[in-house]
Amino acid sequence: MNTQKTGLAPKHQRLILVVVALLVLVAAGMLAAWGLRSQADYFYLPEDIAKNPPEPGRAIRLGGMVQQGSIRTLSDGVTIAFRVTGREGNAIPVTYRGIVPDLFVEGSGVIANGRLGTNGTFEAETLLAKHDENYTPRELEGLSDQAMHEVLEESAAGTP
Amino acid sequence: MIAEIGLAALWLAAGLCALQFIAGVLGVREAGADGAVHPVSALARPAAVVQGLLLLVAFACLLRVFAVTDLSVSLVADNSHVDKPFIYRLAAAWGNHEGSMLLWVTILGLAGGLVALFERRMDDRFMKAVLAAQAFIALGFLAFLLFSSNPFARLNPPADFGAGLNPLLQDIGLAFHPPTLYLGYVGLSVAFSFVVAGLVTRQAGPELARVMRPWVLAAWVALTLGIAAGSYWAYYELGWGGWWFWDPVENASLMPWLAATALLHSVSVLAARDALRTWTIMLGVVAFSMSMVGTFLVRSGILTSVHAFAVDPERGAFILGLLAIYVGGGFGLFALRAGALAEGKRFALVSREGALVFNNVMLSGILAVVLLGTLYPLAAEALGTRVSIGPPYYNPVSAIFAVPMLLVLLVGPLLRWKRDSLSRIAVPLAIVGALLAASVTVLLLFTDAGVLPILGLAIAVALALASWLPLRGRKLKRVPLALWGSMLAHFGVAVSLAGMASETAFSIERLVAVEAGESVAVGPYQVTLQEVDPVAGPNWTALEGRLAITGGGVDTVLRPQARYFTDPPQSTSESALLTRWDGQFYAILGDAAGEGRWQLRLWWKPFVTLIWYGALLIALGGLLSIFGHLRASARSRRIREEVARRRAEKALL
Repeated sequence: MNTQKTGLAPKHQRLILVVVALLVLVAAGMLAAWGLRSQADYFYLPEDIAKNPPEPGRAIRLGGMVQQGSIRTLSDGVTIAFRVTGREGNAIPVTYRGIVPDLFVEGSGVIANGRLGTNGTFEAETLLAKHDENYTPRELEGLSDQAMHEVLEESAAGTP
Repeated sequence: MIAEIGLAALWLAAGLCALQFIAGVLGVREAGADGAVHPVSALARPAAVVQGLLLLVAFACLLRVFAVTDLSVSLVADNSHVDKPFIYRLAAAWGNHEGSMLLWVTILGLAGGLVALFERRMDDRFMKAVLAAQAFIALGFLAFLLFSSNPFARLNPPADFGAGLNPLLQDIGLAFHPPTLYLGYVGLSVAFSFVVAGLVTRQAGPELARVMRPWVLAAWVALTLGIAAGSYWAYYELGWGGWWFWDPVENASLMPWLAATALLHSVSVLAARDALRTWTIMLGVVAFSMSMVGTFLVRSGILTSVHAFAVDPERGAFILGLLAIYVGGGFGLFALRAGALAEGKRFALVSREGALVFNNVMLSGILAVVLLGTLYPLAAEALGTRVSIGPPYYNPVSAIFAVPMLLVLLVGPLLRWKRDSLSRIAVPLAIVGALLAASVTVLLLFTDAGVLPILGLAIAVALALASWLPLRGRKLKRVPLALWGSMLAHFGVAVSLAGMASETAFSIERLVAVEAGESVAVGPYQVTLQEVDPVAGPNWTALEGRLAITGGGVDTVLRPQARYFTDPPQSTSESALLTRWDGQFYAILGDAAGEGRWQLRLWWKPFVTLIWYGALLIALGGLLSIFGHLRASARSRRIREEVARRRAEKALL
């Protein structure tokens, strides 16, 4: 066997390599955990915002249905305002500067990434609508168009 | 009839696959005892070759039923339409769950056939183990196809028209994106089979690394191209102007790429220096695991996006089962046998090996960050919270590992194997350091870019030079092809990085509502909306904007469209791009904004194209390396044979 005059035995070198790799992986895991907790965008339905509003300025995702008759384009031509409703009829006002996705229509599902402003208006940075007949954003499962229409009709009937 | 032939070919391939597995296992077991090989084991190689051919037949049958739009095949009826242009009818064959799984298996079968036909460098017992492992993987996926994703199922009565293909997928990008990615996944599965054989036969030396290397490199080249193609597709087809979204589906292809990058570097350490034996074996298992995780994420429908064709829990469970068997089996075998592997050679901290270990560890760190970010929303959802993870997490956290790795990349290739000192390379070190510092200073003084773009640009500038420094002190004519490959790939990293950083730091975006005849300034250009007209294509109608672009030496017209498809009913934005040597102008036509105005979203993206040119250079570098290594290995085999022949002649005399 080659006795070690210069440095470490192979076995020790392998051990050190494993320890270093493990340390880096643990560091990566801890960094990831910290990053995930601080940077995750939590998903809210309109009723969640009404019950337990997120702090203004924090990035969140808002999902729900675009309320019938609520979409209007502001005078600059590129900002649109609309209202998003959830299961219980709370409506959150949303503004969005940009070109709306192709299937963004009233009475259909939408997910908005953005922040809640101090005035209670949700400022959207991106909008996701239903891509096609087979695709509904996973957050909107259980919020079928049919069910939403019923909810909306009930809430419309309830308010004078 | 064609569909039945295809199905029969699939069943026959599955039978041969089982035979190949049995023959391979017998070959491994019997040869150990008294040197006598079980006669059945001789069938392993022919079985692999014929199986590859049969799968090719099955895939050709699938192409045929799509080409003639045979609406009595339910897959065709669900995913194609008689009115589609021919090339998209063909592409529709793998633009769906069943067809893409058949493509996966076909590529796997062809790779197995190639290994069986041409790989003669290792001993017979090792090759039997490789073929048994290949067959074991293929068997699982064939079972998945035959029992839960039959692409040839008939529809009775036949459909009248066919449902069509998601128009987002009706694009030439689709024709190339999935096949290249699958080539990458499959290449990693071959590398995995070699690793398994290495563990079973306890051979984990440089020979293993040399036979693995072409497959790892080929997989890595294919993944690089596949990711770049997917990124460019998302860039121009989705109309969001971004080139990377950290979407789980993108991550599913990035994770195998990260593992393959680490693997190909550690394989070259093993081949050149016989060090990092266990580590390389483990990376081989990890890389294949990542391609299984990628397949699972995309194919199971667990993520809902344009890629998730399969919204079917049974299939998800099936793929999850396969994932558990292969990943669990791979790591289990590794845990059992890793301790029995002989130790590799030692090296000093400051050495080529040391730099490559650093690269490997940092890549593993990035891999962990991306994997956790991708799985976290799924885990959180299982616990009842819905979250999404985006760039604010991925960018900074992965940069913590990527930046040190890139800094080491500046000097790593200059170091000698085994032991070196930084003072020996003091001059190039000083030059690269000075270039880096100067770039940072200039960018800080003259731009208001963020921290990451500045670091990215400065590293790109330094790396563009440093990647060629290994040429120092070498005769140009005697530089091996593989070294040209590695330098070119590192230069490609610099080019791509420059594109990413420049796009992030210097993009100019304008969002406006304009009437016909009105102009806006975007970066160096003046853009005038001339008019908006209706136009029609083969299976769509569209509103087309005519934009006159002037200034900066340009005078041209761009035509962005908003398209409406009828089968299935859907609309898409077709971006219009003006490509210049120093960047791209990107235009999207939006909706009517009232008062005769139209919405326009316009970007000037300086040097954005470098991202994809860089990726092409990286892939080209990989190809050069493959050819270099194959040529070198063919030459050394010729020399060995020559020596053996002379020796035999001498013995006769």
